[in-house]
Amino acid sequence: MSEWPPTEVGGDTRASSTISEDAPWALPMVSAIPAAQPSPSWSRRDFIKGIIASGVTVSGLSYFGSGCSGALPAQTVGGVERLLSLSVNGQLRRVDVLPAETLAMTLRYKLGLTGTKLGCDRAECGACTVLIDGVTHYSCSTLTHRVRDREITTIEGLEGPNGELHPVQQAFVDELSPQCGFCTPGQVMSAVALLRRNPNPTREEAREALAGNLCRCGAYHNYLNGVMRAAQSLGAREA
Amino acid sequence: MMKDMMAGFELFQPADVETALELLDRHGAASWRLAGGYDSLDWLKNRSKQTRAVVDLERIAELRGIRESGGGVEIGALTTLTEIETSQLIRERYGLLADAARKVASPQIRNAGSIGGNLCQDTRCWYYRYGVKCYRAGGNTCYAAAPEAMNREHAIFEASRCVAVTPSDCAPAVVALDAEMVVRSRAGERVIRAADFFMPPSIDIRRMTVLEPEELLVAVRLPAAWAGASFYFEKVADRNVWDFPLVNVAAAFRMDGATVADARIVCGAVQCTPRRMAAAERLVVGRPRTEQVAESAGAASAAGAEPLAFNAYKVSLVENLVRRAVRGAQTSEPA
Ligand SMILES: Cc1cc2nc3c(=O)[nH]c(=O)nc-3n(C[C@H](O)[C@H](O)[C@H](O)COP(=O)(O)OP(=O)(O)OC[C@H]3O[C@@H](n4cnc5c(N)ncnc54)[C@H](O)[C@@H]3O)c2cc1C
Ligand code: SF4
Repeated sequence: MSEWPPTEVGGDTRASSTISEDAPWALPMVSAIPAAQPSPSWSRRDFIKGIIASGVTVSGLSYFGSGCSGALPAQTVGGVERLLSLSVNGQLRRVDVLPAETLAMTLRYKLGLTGTKLGCDRAECGACTVLIDGVTHYSCSTLTHRVRDREITTIEGLEGPNGELHPVQQAFVDELSPQCGFCTPGQVMSAVALLRRNPNPTREEAREALAGNLCRCGAYHNYLNGVMRAAQSLGAREA
Repeated sequence: MMKDMMAGFELFQPADVETALELLDRHGAASWRLAGGYDSLDWLKNRSKQTRAVVDLERIAELRGIRESGGGVEIGALTTLTEIETSQLIRERYGLLADAARKVASPQIRNAGSIGGNLCQDTRCWYYRYGVKCYRAGGNTCYAAAPEAMNREHAIFEASRCVAVTPSDCAPAVVALDAEMVVRSRAGERVIRAADFFMPPSIDIRRMTVLEPEELLVAVRLPAAWAGASFYFEKVADRNVWDFPLVNVAAAFRMDGATVADARIVCGAVQCTPRRMAAAERLVVGRPRTEQVAESAGAASAAGAEPLAFNAYKVSLVENLVRRAVRGAQTSEPA
């Protein structure tokens, strides 16, 4: 994903039912891919979002295709159905999911929810933390098929009806919690889960609840300040 | 990033143990049992191990839960470490296991990681996990015991070609509690003592437990005999979160007034299986847990240790942890 522009996108006009030769098991395209080059005024983020929103999953496909030498074994009786409905941030999303696909992959590359970050992809950093039925999980290490009938909440699901920040996010802004910001979505999710279960935590409890989220800038104290402030503001709102 | 996408496999999500066993039987060595996935997905992402059929245990309700049974407690294999750590029943009667579970990895990993997976997990020797063909992977050398090898985390006891260690925090606790492992296959059920569940490399260098590929660990039974004993768990690791134990100790003492009536002192991460500190146990039984007894138990613990180039520090770690266990064991806090 580090190359820009991704070589597969520019000028590729493969039509609807074409099956890619280097990834024969990959999804047939839903619609033709526009032969557009990203215009210079577009940000990289806008471009990716546009691609995802148009229903074309080319960036995801090229991602999934890379490095897979063998084709998927033939369908065996009793294996999971690939097409499934996921309940994400209160919405039902229909999505085609490979058996070996992780939730982080599905969220980011199929549903366009790029707020969930992939850091290590090995359960060692916490950037990919999401809530499943209100409990924190590393989405990099959760097979999407396991969460079919569960409620998934990502950082995008926290915003208020008019786009306002969640009190935890606001508190993190106020306390200057993030530095580079890459671990922030994961830190927010861990803090939200903590405050739902324990609205009035001690600093030590907050420390334990956020212990599975690494911050390479080392801004742990600022994050803890943020959690304590969020607990206060949520308490005040309730009172 | 290329290695981070797992190779394709077929995913099965049976709803009961019977169907799971049938699937394991049908796919044999090509199958993979999946619980929380925190050991499994590593292998599959790194592509150092392959599978064609993943049998996901997630949907099998009968594998979950903590229940009283025959005066003791039975824990379903799929019960998460978080559930164990927070269970009132476990904390009151078998605080040792709750303490051990609480020290595993990170909160998110404990929210999905299961007791069964924790006890069945593979070793963390990074040469092996990197995918090199060492003895354990079917090759004919051990990279970790080579003269220039980095083996700070490896074994000080009972090495047999392979010098890898058991990485689990819960394993020493279940051995100290004389737990029974309930194992099922299509051929029926067998019950194995925790102490016999873990596989030494001298017998089979390719696996960490006695489980056959078509068997499932369905439950762990904690016997009444050790309920409410005096317990001690301590783990030494580089960081408080994520890191595997350099050495851990799980100890249980049944007291008769001020003297020890029976004792279990078990260390993890010092050899391939949890190690009963038999000499130390013999020294404390029949005596009060005084400073002097703690001292002699500690001193007796590391006899026979054969450290590698970079792990001699584990010798004093073992001695000190055993001392601290004898001194510091306590009965569980009442609810
Ligand atoms: C970053 C990181 C840090 C970690 N730190 C620690 C630590 O400090 N201490 C510690 O003890 N552990 C640690 N772990 C390991 C983690 O706790 C275990 O991976 C986890 O408990 C395994 O449980 P699981 O349910 O996720 O297992 P899975 O990965 O699903 O399974 C592990 C293995 O056991 C087999 N298996 C699982 N369930 C059964 C069953 N019922 N019957 C038969 N076979 C079965 C699987 O086939 C697989 O081979 C860490 C893991 C990671 C990724
Ligand atoms: S210690 Fe064991 S697992 Fe590690 S390289 Fe040696 S043989 Fe392989």
